[in-house]
Amino acid sequence: MRYIGLFIVILCGALLLYATQDFPAWGDPNSPASSHVSPHYIQKSIEETSVPNLVTSVLADYRSFDTMFETTVIFCAGLACLLLLRTFIQERGNWYYRHIPTEVTLHIKDARRIPKDIKDFERIDTLWVPYDLIIKTVCRICIPFIQLFAFYVVAHGDFSPGGGFQGGVIFGASLILLAIAFDLRTAIERLDEFKLGVLSALGVFLYAGIGMLCMILGGSFLDYSQLSKIFPVDPVHIRALGMLGVEIGVGISVMAVMAIIYINIASEGRQDEGL
Amino acid sequence: MSAYPALVITIPLLATFVGTGCYWLNRKLCYPVALLGLAGSLYTSVCLLIKVMAKGSIGHYHAGWTPPWGIEYRVDLLNSFVLVIIGSVALINLVASYLNIEQEMSEKSGIFYPLYLLFVTGLSGVVITGDLFNLYVLLEVTSLSAYALIAMGSKDRAPLASLNYVFIGVIGASFFLLGTGYLYIMTGSLNMVNVGALLPELYSSQAILVGFVFCIIGVWIKMAFFPLHVWLPNAYTYAPIAASRVIAPLMTKAMVYVMIRLMLTVFRPEYIYAVLDLQNVIVWLSCLAIVAGAVMALAQKNVMKMLTYIIVSEIGYMVGGAWLGNQAGMTGSVLHILNDALMTFCLFLAVGNIGVLGKGFRLDSLQGIFQKMPVTMACFVLGGLSIIGVPPTCGFFSKWYLLNGAIQAGHYAFLVALLLSSLVNVILFFRIFEIGFFEPMSHGHTYAHQSGGAIQEAPISMLVPLILVSFGLLVVGLYSGLIVQQIIVPFLT
Amino acid sequence: MHEFFMEIVDKYNYWLYIILMMIGLYAMIVKNNLIKKLVGMNIFQTAIILFYISIGYKEDATLPIIVNAHGVHSPEELAINTAEYINPLPHVLMLTAIVVSVATLGVALALSVKVYQQYKTLEEDEIRMRIRESSL
Repeated sequence: MRYIGLFIVILCGALLLYATQDFPAWGDPNSPASSHVSPHYIQKSIEETSVPNLVTSVLADYRSFDTMFETTVIFCAGLACLLLLRTFIQERGNWYYRHIPTEVTLHIKDARRIPKDIKDFERIDTLWVPYDLIIKTVCRICIPFIQLFAFYVVAHGDFSPGGGFQGGVIFGASLILLAIAFDLRTAIERLDEFKLGVLSALGVFLYAGIGMLCMILGGSFLDYSQLSKIFPVDPVHIRALGMLGVEIGVGISVMAVMAIIYINIASEGRQDEGL
Repeated sequence: MSAYPALVITIPLLATFVGTGCYWLNRKLCYPVALLGLAGSLYTSVCLLIKVMAKGSIGHYHAGWTPPWGIEYRVDLLNSFVLVIIGSVALINLVASYLNIEQEMSEKSGIFYPLYLLFVTGLSGVVITGDLFNLYVLLEVTSLSAYALIAMGSKDRAPLASLNYVFIGVIGASFFLLGTGYLYIMTGSLNMVNVGALLPELYSSQAILVGFVFCIIGVWIKMAFFPLHVWLPNAYTYAPIAASRVIAPLMTKAMVYVMIRLMLTVFRPEYIYAVLDLQNVIVWLSCLAIVAGAVMALAQKNVMKMLTYIIVSEIGYMVGGAWLGNQAGMTGSVLHILNDALMTFCLFLAVGNIGVLGKGFRLDSLQGIFQKMPVTMACFVLGGLSIIGVPPTCGFFSKWYLLNGAIQAGHYAFLVALLLSSLVNVILFFRIFEIGFFEPMSHGHTYAHQSGGAIQEAPISMLVPLILVSFGLLVVGLYSGLIVQQIIVPFLT
Repeated sequence: MHEFFMEIVDKYNYWLYIILMMIGLYAMIVKNNLIKKLVGMNIFQTAIILFYISIGYKEDATLPIIVNAHGVHSPEELAINTAEYINPLPHVLMLTAIVVSVATLGVALALSVKVYQQYKTLEEDEIRMRIRESSL
């Protein structure tokens, strides 16, 4: 197997390198890639879409159809994790509960004997992790600021590096930080499977819905200038607002899917205990 | 500029998101939403086909920007033809597999339907798009949903088969992306028609040659062209029957469409047939694929695995036909996309109904099955005759065009491979007919009075689609001349 | 020989990324452990992303964000020179490719968890042996 692999890799590498002698010089501003389609984006972006960040204007306006399917890809990955891993069978057979007033730990092997008076007992994980005050306090202080920064990245994506994907991932990372610093059940209490699932579908539905609205108003799909028929903004600036709308949809969806993927893989689908 | 090309994709996409929301809000609505989405998509693609046949190709500029600055959807005869095939197979399969899905995955069936819709949306998008990078993104949407659908099958073999498919599929898609990157460096554009117009000055460049090689190898990996087919048998055999019935007929045929589109629109026929000298080599490779697929199918003891190796053999027909270099060969290849999708779908529907009996798919457990399931096996016989190539079923007509093309181009090896694989298919199917129809003598004497041919047919919702599709085989065969005249020949000239 | 070396030095970025791609491809084909194959897949896709981004580079050019444009209402006040901004299109394409690679990694990890739950090992040859034993 090793020799077949080596042979394939050397053959592909040699083919790819053989072709580089034809490439234009690196960094040449007159190469075909930099002189055919992209000068239009650089010169006309502010005039046609009033957005200075060229990457956002190409991503969310000129090639917005691609971005819709990119969001669909991440949504599909979240659905796939749910479909593959989610089980409703609690097969552990090992539950640990701690009685809070007396700090006595109970090891329960039979599901019928779980204590009914549950508010005096708290559940602890099977793989016991030491209680660390510094990590919990610092993370509890940091998480709101991380989420605020995520909102800033989404909203300011038109003028500085940022956008829907980046902001959504930062927000999702704050939820994962909550799950790692405390335990998985704390994160699931904040956003349970129902809310995460509906949010992920809602985000992409917002994107496709804006596109459908533009088509109903009489243009092509995702042509934001048609929205100026219902909002009192001129057709150039409405494009920046339309871009903001779709970026918010993307951010919501990415955030929910990041959390879904983490929760399902860390708990192997049972959603009760994790890392 | 009409709205139909965008509607074909957005209706099932919106139905996916609504269906996902319904899984948590009201579980009973998932199946009706999925049916509505697929029905809407099929209706718009039929309208699109009628419009294109009347007026010529239609374009849709997304977000209002003209190409090459925006993304364009160009629908011509080939596009709309393949779109109708995809829509109809997907809708008929959803109706036929409802009971299977509810039985195998009862609590998670509400997530299965959105993934199914996403698969069909991605596949329709691959066929309808006119932009190379959009093709890559839609290919990944299709592949991701296929990986998840396949892994829901039998508990012990399906996840590993799907993981192997993941690795090989990622290599294929990344090779396609690399090829597109090379084309972008040399031409600066991503739109298919625009690249096709810019390429003729660059025909002698090595970067274009390597770009072409990597694009084609990426597409070959995804269509399971021998010897890159190693993911196909395991992935399609161990998948749940509802998923393999839609993935097996459609996925590889859509990749054949992509190859034909790359050959005819992006790298034009002058490059493919005149400048490159690879025609002979590739037709020999496809002869090897046909023979290898047929031989490996003979060695199988499981009916589903045998059918998947027959798919490998049929892909060899289509690749060889497209690379023969004359109009008859290309006509045969395009007609075979339609015929092979229908034949494979019919056979998989019949095999799925056999699975209802609960005895598995091994050849020796099929004894006496003609008495127990007469309607299903009658349709299986029709499908088998179509693969062998008996007139008036549809398989005969596409083989006729391919044989004509081989004689015209002087490739007698391809001719011999086609005839040889027809003979091997005869052996394969008549072996099943014999096991199913004639019970061994010892069983016949002891059980003849007791079982008396008790009929244990599959439920009506599984039988009616099967009968519909097998009639479709006959109807498409009889109307083949009309299809070739109205759709394929105007496209190729 | 001299021109050959000058070629490599001129286009060293393409050579570096192609070698990185081949390392990733080798790991995907040859390694036995499923997680090592996943890591190789990630290296392969990341190298393709870097390859695309290096296409858009222009000498002495800055980020693709028009300077001093925040709050400008008439576009004629700004004089935009295309040679001062790098090509934004490869960056946009690669944002999509990064998301696709993360999604594929997520699905592949979920599949590995399922394989581990069934066979209790992640080495491919051990899994094949157990499949062969159970089918006997």
